Amino acid sequence: MPELYVSGAALGALAVAAAVATLVRGPALAFVYPLSALAALALGAVDLHVLLGGGELVAWLPIGLPAIGLHLRLDALSAFFGIVINGGVLAASIYGMGFDRAKELTPRVEPLFPLFAAAMNLVLIADDAYAFLFSWELMSLTSWALVVARHTDPESRRASYLYLIMAAIGTSALLFAFGGLAGPAGGYGFDTIRAHPPQPLVAALVLAAALVGCGSKGGLIPLHAWLPLAHPAAPSHVSALMSGVMTKVAVYGFVRIAFDLLGPPSWWWALPPIVLGAVTAVLGLLYAVLDRDLKRVLAYSTIENIGVIFVALGLALAFRANGQHEGAAVAMAAALLHVLNHSWFKSLLFLGAGAVLHATGRRDLDGLGGLIHRMPRTAVFFLVGALAASALPPLNGFVSEWLLFQAVIAGHTLPQAALHFAAPAIGAMLALAAALAAACFVRVYGTAFLGRPRSVEAARAHDVPLAQQIAMGGLAFLCILGGLLGSVLAAVIAPVLRVLVGADLSSAGSGPTPLSLVALDPARSVYDAPVIALFVAIASITTLLVIHRLSARRTRRGPAWDCGFPDPSPATQYTASSFAQPLRRVYGAVVFAARETVVMPPPGDNRPAQFSVVLTDYVWRALYAAPGRAVLRLSERLNALQFLSIRRYLVLMFGALVILLSIAAVMI
Amino acid sequence: MSQVYDISHLLAGVMLVTSFALLYQQRIAAVLNAFAAQSITLALAVAWAAWSENRPDLFITALIAFSLKGVVIPVALHRTVARLGIHREVEKVVGVGAALMVGLALTALAQALVVKIAQGPASQAREELALALAIILMGFLMMIVRRNAVTQIVGFMSMENGLILAATGARGMPLVVEISVAFSVLIALFVFAVFVFRIRERFDTIDIEALDRMRGDRR
Repeated sequence: MPELYVSGAALGALAVAAAVATLVRGPALAFVYPLSALAALALGAVDLHVLLGGGELVAWLPIGLPAIGLHLRLDALSAFFGIVINGGVLAASIYGMGFDRAKELTPRVEPLFPLFAAAMNLVLIADDAYAFLFSWELMSLTSWALVVARHTDPESRRASYLYLIMAAIGTSALLFAFGGLAGPAGGYGFDTIRAHPPQPLVAALVLAAALVGCGSKGGLIPLHAWLPLAHPAAPSHVSALMSGVMTKVAVYGFVRIAFDLLGPPSWWWALPPIVLGAVTAVLGLLYAVLDRDLKRVLAYSTIENIGVIFVALGLALAFRANGQHEGAAVAMAAALLHVLNHSWFKSLLFLGAGAVLHATGRRDLDGLGGLIHRMPRTAVFFLVGALAASALPPLNGFVSEWLLFQAVIAGHTLPQAALHFAAPAIGAMLALAAALAAACFVRVYGTAFLGRPRSVEAARAHDVPLAQQIAMGGLAFLCILGGLLGSVLAAVIAPVLRVLVGADLSSAGSGPTPLSLVALDPARSVYDAPVIALFVAIASITTLLVIHRLSARRTRRGPAWDCGFPDPSPATQYTASSFAQPLRRVYGAVVFAARETVVMPPPGDNRPAQFSVVLTDYVWRALYAAPGRAVLRLSERLNALQFLSIRRYLVLMFGALVILLSIAAVMI
Repeated sequence: MSQVYDISHLLAGVMLVTSFALLYQQRIAAVLNAFAAQSITLALAVAWAAWSENRPDLFITALIAFSLKGVVIPVALHRTVARLGIHREVEKVVGVGAALMVGLALTALAQALVVKIAQGPASQAREELALALAIILMGFLMMIVRRNAVTQIVGFMSMENGLILAATGARGMPLVVEISVAFSVLIALFVFAVFVFRIRERFDTIDIEALDRMRGDRR
């Protein structure tokens, strides 16, 4: 099996790159990114080969726990997620090649980057609980170390501390999940677990634990708090990896547990992911719309997309539990394609944000502006990403959202009343999320790239090196291609769908054109991306021609908006905050208890008027700050236990012994 | 066969009675004597097991128990007490009555537990196991309810007696293990003894609360 050697060599190369990068300093570190790119290319090729060619790769290594070793297996599901991950790693590596090593010497990032990539690949191919948890934790720790790379920044330290806590909680939840899956017999191999699915009650607990474990890594609200802090704190290409790719590993973990290991589903398993996902989608975007930091907005948008994916997964569970395999296939295809699409456009957007950060040194939207003139290429790529993230046809984001809405609409066929009535409500929330996403990206693009520069740095910006443009351009190309060829992608993931839900998009190919994507019913739900793209193109070109024919040909540059302001300052433009004000008033007043105060000095006083907004994050207050205080208080109380006399320690031991013996005497 | 068990149960029962005696003795010399009695009873019980079950290696255990814990340790502790002049130091945390009630409850707990967990072919030995567990728990109790360092040593040794009794009943504890247990107890005794003298030198008392006062601890 040559594929096995290729993957092994690629993973080994990543590990060696990490080891060597800890030893060398200075410009020699530059070797890391080309090597990572090559390894990602090799791993992605193997994944693609396995996905297209069927079959699976199995390996066993005699390392790890004695008598268990390390079981590795690459099946269709792992291969699909492997393509997602290695695509992201490839783009991030190419972007990394463009770093100016004289200025951005980052010896803390290079050794960890290949290790992070290798850890994510390992999670996918792990075939026993030990290997899974080990590589999951390796992934968490390497990404944590990447977040803390700029440790001189207190924000960064705070973010990494919170991330470390949340990662520990998530991993321990997964530990419980696998404990429940393995059962009292302790069969930790995935094949053993598959052969003996747990009892219903245990399965419910496992599902809850998996939701906590994977949800915390993916940013499911209310476990999201670390994500908008940690993802932006990392260097931009690592942010792209964490947001675009690592969250997908979380989705993989949930899919692996809920669809593969947990046995046949009950219908009510669908409710937690659907409800949490819908809440996450809407709240994530409300956060995004109100935030003023470019990278944090993108991180909140990631939270929203994870919510969308979890809604799709929940629907797939619901359909599968009721034996409606075609509906399940549509929902699952929506989830998987959204995983793929989001990894492309979110990586693109984060790389774009990195380019902006590199060019201007700023992330605050209110300090940017007018970048479309100074960074034309980045502006175009970012626009493609923003359009895809807003799920506009004919870009790729639309394909998966369209499939998801098909699944939601088909939700009325579900027999259970709860799901029956949940479907339209979820559909409404997703529609709200889609609208908010569009508003969010109009706001981001409008304030960062359009208008006039709001700061000296933005006015002096310049486009980024060629390698970084290539990375962004490649992803933008994929976003467009993925939008046009959605039906091809749906056919490619068919083996995964068959493994997970026992059916694929059966009516594929029955649409009016070869490339039309059909969900469920070829008479009613058909999406023909190329036709729509053609229509959009014709309409745009016609409009362009007409306007140019009717208007003067020559470009005139005159004073813009020169109505009453002889020398308008850039501060008179719409800012990110002012653009968000309507949404803040409509939603923020309820969800975040937003309060606006205007301090107006009396006439004659020449102090400036002041406007301030106070937002309250209820989730943080109730689920993070309060438990944090409780833990502190409790540990202060328990601190006294460190200063007892010998006899009291003996009393404690004796008490514990007697209590345990009594329990044994009563229970057995 | 039943007489064999009757006698071993009798000896174990006597040990339990000495455990109660340890709990209510007021004077240190009496505590040491009760401990010596318990150890000698243990030696007898082990010797009986060795003879009745034809396991000659247990004779060595019995010999160790008799010579070390029945004679050497009590004599050494008697001397220590005499040298330190602490015959009358009886400092209890809990009153005698309460301690005895707790001891009774522990015995009941041990009985209830062992009846539940030891079933099947080993059920003949389970009374002995229950008694041994009760002796262990009461040795622990004694370490708690007394403040004096010497009585804490005695409590510890009494626990160890219970362990040996349990191991004899469980049949299958290798001699090597028993010897190593005996030696570890001996070493523990040395450590205890050294500590007692050091405490005495420094604080003029062997009340262990003095240690707490030294650490600035609140009671």
